[in-house]
Amino acid sequence: MNWELKSDRPIYVQLIEQIQLRIVSGLYPAGSRLPAVRDMAAEASVNPNTMQKSLAELERSGLVYTQRTSGRFVTEDRAMIQSVKELLARDQLKEFFIKMGQIGFTREETITLVEQAREGEDRHDTDLAV
Amino acid sequence: MTPILQCKVLGKRYGAKEALSSVDLQLGRGRIVGLLGPNGSGKTTMIKLASGILTPTSGEILIDGKAPGIESKSLVSYLPERTYLADWMRVSDLLGFFGDFYQNFNQEKAKEMLERLDINPNDRLKTMSKGTKEKVQLILVMSREAGLYLLDEPIGGVDPAARDYILNTIITNYSENATVIISTHLIADVERVLDDVIFIASGKIVMTSSVDEIREEQGKSVDELFREVFKC
Repeated sequence: MNWELKSDRPIYVQLIEQIQLRIVSGLYPAGSRLPAVRDMAAEASVNPNTMQKSLAELERSGLVYTQRTSGRFVTEDRAMIQSVKELLARDQLKEFFIKMGQIGFTREETITLVEQAREGEDRHDTDLAV
Repeated sequence: MTPILQCKVLGKRYGAKEALSSVDLQLGRGRIVGLLGPNGSGKTTMIKLASGILTPTSGEILIDGKAPGIESKSLVSYLPERTYLADWMRVSDLLGFFGDFYQNFNQEKAKEMLERLDINPNDRLKTMSKGTKEKVQLILVMSREAGLYLLDEPIGGVDPAARDYILNTIITNYSENATVIISTHLIADVERVLDDVIFIASGKIVMTSSVDEIREEQGKSVDELFREVFKC
């Protein structure tokens, strides 16, 4: 997974989102230890202070925690990870509906389109199977 | 704690030309600061004043509370825009050279970084490409355990991949209490690694802000803001 940063929003906010994504997708599994701040900063090519700020923010939300001597860990609370996952999904959906609205589709039309697309894909899959 | 760098109504003129005028500035520790401005805006003058190569015409500049001098030179690690190293020297000579000059030069660290870049210690500077030369100099400068790094256009002459390497070297090698000043006009490239930016134009400071503050308040990148502020 690459660190994708856009230019129009604060970097620390985007880092928070990207770390959340890594946690909900299991790249950083529940209860696992996170890499050192400097290493994460180097990987994302960002300032270590900014990475630190994002992690502190995530710590406040409870998604990660610090153990005084051994570093920073992802929470073991799977229910919390699940709820973050749903939150991220809802954000994506909201954005999707807005974009479809700009193209000129209502919510209902959009949902119909999604269903058609899924059926199309299913058919495509069976075609391939045959 | 005393700020690592402080300017009080600092001014510098070259003959009739005013290069810097009434600059007031305070920089804290542990920050990476971009000194950004168009060509001829006073960036290099500012850095040379901080390194003690130039002396102010008016006002004062303080490094860790003291005027630039012998003591500040051990605190400040300076990468000039143009090289001052003799090109017949081998990398191994340079390591010895820096070791002799600076007590806080960490030779092991420099060797490690050179090795990672596959730079042969027996190579002479004059046989190297521009990009490799710049990397060697940056490695030398960043291998000092300094309190203030002054980097004048560190990514000016190198390709994008080398730029990434150089920026990564900077963010992984400055110590937590050290401050790094990077002067450049290649803003889009450095934006991600900066804490704060200083916009400078015609010898005056136009704005100081943190990168995330700019993005939050203006909804645009530092690069975009710069293009607006300094529109020709």
